[in-house]
Amino acid sequence: MAEPKARLRVFRGTEEAGDFQTYDVETYPGMVVLDAIHDIQAKQAPDLAVRWNCKAGRCGSCSAEINGKPRLLCMTRMSAFPEGEPITVTPMRAFPIIKDLVTDVSWNFEMAKKIPPFKPRPRDADGHWRMQQMDIDRIQEFRKCIECFLCQDVCHVVRDHQKKEAFSGPRFLIHLATLDMHPLDTLDRRDMIKQDFGVGYCNITKCCTEVCPEHITITDNGIIPLKERVADDHYDPVRWLLRKFTGNPRPNKVPAQPTEAGKTADLSGTHRVDGGHGNKGKP
Amino acid sequence: MAGNYETHEHDVIIIGAGGAGLRAAIEASSMGLSVGLVCKSLLGKAHTVMAEGGVAAALGNVEPKDNWKVHFRDTMKGGRYLNQWRMAQLHAMEAPDRVNELEEWGALFDRTPDGRILQRNFGGHKYPRLAHVGDRTGLEMIRTLQQHGIHTGMKVYMECTVTRLLKAGDAVSGAFGYWRESGRFVVFRAKAIVLATGGIGRAFKINSNSWECTGDGQALAYLAGAELMDMEFMQFHPTGMVWPPSVRGTLITEGVRGEGGTLRNKDQKRIMFDYIHPLYANETAPTEEEADRWLALSTSGQMDKNVRRTPDLLPRDIVARAIHAEVKAGRGSPHGGVFLDIATRRTAADIKRKLPAMYHQFKELGDVDITKEPMEVGPTAHYTMGGIRVDPETQQSRVKGLFAAGECAAGMHGANRLGGNSLSDLLVFGRIAGLHAGRYAKEQTNLPSLDAGEIQDASQEALAPFNRHEGPNPFQLHEELKDTMQTHVGIIRTEEDLSEGLRQLENLKERSRTIRIDGNRHYNSGWHETIDMRNLLIVSEAMARAALLRKESRGAHARDDFPETDKEHFAKVNIVSRLHGSTMEVAEIDLPPVPAEIKKVLEEE
Repeated sequence: MAEPKARLRVFRGTEEAGDFQTYDVETYPGMVVLDAIHDIQAKQAPDLAVRWNCKAGRCGSCSAEINGKPRLLCMTRMSAFPEGEPITVTPMRAFPIIKDLVTDVSWNFEMAKKIPPFKPRPRDADGHWRMQQMDIDRIQEFRKCIECFLCQDVCHVVRDHQKKEAFSGPRFLIHLATLDMHPLDTLDRRDMIKQDFGVGYCNITKCCTEVCPEHITITDNGIIPLKERVADDHYDPVRWLLRKFTGNPRPNKVPAQPTEAGKTADLSGTHRVDGGHGNKGKP
Repeated sequence: MAGNYETHEHDVIIIGAGGAGLRAAIEASSMGLSVGLVCKSLLGKAHTVMAEGGVAAALGNVEPKDNWKVHFRDTMKGGRYLNQWRMAQLHAMEAPDRVNELEEWGALFDRTPDGRILQRNFGGHKYPRLAHVGDRTGLEMIRTLQQHGIHTGMKVYMECTVTRLLKAGDAVSGAFGYWRESGRFVVFRAKAIVLATGGIGRAFKINSNSWECTGDGQALAYLAGAELMDMEFMQFHPTGMVWPPSVRGTLITEGVRGEGGTLRNKDQKRIMFDYIHPLYANETAPTEEEADRWLALSTSGQMDKNVRRTPDLLPRDIVARAIHAEVKAGRGSPHGGVFLDIATRRTAADIKRKLPAMYHQFKELGDVDITKEPMEVGPTAHYTMGGIRVDPETQQSRVKGLFAAGECAAGMHGANRLGGNSLSDLLVFGRIAGLHAGRYAKEQTNLPSLDAGEIQDASQEALAPFNRHEGPNPFQLHEELKDTMQTHVGIIRTEEDLSEGLRQLENLKERSRTIRIDGNRHYNSGWHETIDMRNLLIVSEAMARAALLRKESRGAHARDDFPETDKEHFAKVNIVSRLHGSTMEVAEIDLPPVPAEIKKVLEEE
């Protein structure tokens, strides 16, 4: 018996020029969109470019847009779409296209470098650090992040307004929230969170939370508390006074300095560091 | 043309950016050296991210009786005493420091009630020993190393594939590769190189590995004159998903059994009581009643030395073969595995808290709610104990200036690896390799010279598939390779099967030289696949040849025609493969003698 067929419309091309190609593939139980892309690669278009690593929703490599929605190709089952209707697969729209479904996400790696690293307080006398599970549960949620950058892709500040210079995007606000809420950390990054990473640009549309494949409550649990903390530091009258006299509203935390450019890793290996503004030739 | 390439110079080049590569790069960078880290994927996507259960280290936080000696004994016993004893010793001694260091760099492990790092039970470990973060320990580790590493000054070259190591005399001088994005060539000139490229699971049809695990480091080292060792020992993890077909092989952490999961056949009978290996009889519960008592005690944080652990937590080789035997005897689950049941053993809340990724994975990929139903599981090719032969103290291979760490290096795990020992292996030997590569680089006054002829040859080799007008498709050939290895070099082996496997590999090798590529060099997946095929064929051949030579069953290597463990001859040898002219030579070498004081540690208790 012939297997049922599905039709995929896949973007083929580069930042400069591209078009949709239609491919028919045979489907089988449990098949995901990445399987269909691999089938096309193996039988019809060996030079079709796609990123993937684990095929189990753990590595966050196969991010793309399916029928316009940012998703992981490996975690999207073919059976989720009505039979007979073509499934459209396009690269993430917020990033420049390298080829086909592969985009240049180097801006994210540049952003990561700018965040001053974790700086713990000294260990307890017996060489341990004691933390209660209850106190780290909320940060462990953020640390589930697989860096698929779907939240960055869907964030309209990044995607539509291209505020890549002024705004770090949800992924890195979550990273900053992790550090801010880490019971051992001693650096105060709140001035940077406001000025360098642009937490004020987020106007809480919660699109990032909706697309997160790890179901991290990015906005409610991460960004909103971060906004509140920044607001407290800057606009709470008591803290305002503290800041005026000591320069630091949280004396137990040392104000962070911007990371030295020469000291951080050069991640230019992705070969495109301009961050790529503009969306010409986008599907 | 070979003239058309860019060159980057560093003291140390690390190839591979999983746990071992990152740890090595951090160490070499901390010595004030210029370090380049080259990886095939984006940073942070390496296979380490998939590690679930935990990192083994005798911290003694849950069971104070634990210490390096017990960990060392467990590791040697798990490896059926074919481990390089010195590596197992260094590993057991240094793992706790490496775990504490991760915490210092920001890792957040699950906690004990008094706030210290929590540890969980795992197969073959006598005490709860695995520091963990739910079931996403690998992600926590790689993210921590990545975020710490990018602030240490190293340069990261992402999406770059190395196809050849370059040499000056008998030492390494650099590496030749290409950018995956543009297809353009690149040469890395270096005083020392660390290979940390991981495993070879993509040689098998049913495997748990990411696409990157194609034996690159092993093949690069072999072609440069280093030796491969223990290649016959391929670990089949007992619990891969068997349904749906799309995710066949995807790993289910041993943590499921550590948290109380039991294996049952289609008659709902718990299978592992029938497969208790004599080596573990003294410490394993012979009845369900005792095994359940052990679970009740261990999950409530109490221990009683008179109550023995469940046989569900026997080492992986034993469990994998037990499942294989049940399926073969017709007692398997509907899709050719057995059942793994956690639903009736722990509450739904416990399962979601302790095994969140597993819950998520089954729900979204298999439409199975593991808090209500059992999982269907079967063996999946997972980890190679074999790899590049290195000096236990320095991790240097037989080629000067060439070091290896993590899964692509051999010696630490012997015939079978205990769960959790890979993450600690990465950290311990990643650091040691980085340290000694750094020291070696500091001893060299100048960068070694590059040989233009070698670069010319490497570029011709890489471009050859574009110059052919007809030939097979690389994806098709890779499928055939996976079928060959699965059928003939799989979980149970015979001389007849292995010989047939070698015949087919020979044929595939011939045909792989005629692969034709369409399109241009710009992010061309077919071309990338072709380059991986050369490496997969080398490691597959080494595996088959070593398996043919080892005429016994031991650890992960099971021969149907030699079902017994040979205590006389094969107990005392490792098997190495090396390039001799243009053919692969396999030879037995003597296991290093165990000094008296180490023998005493092994015999204690």
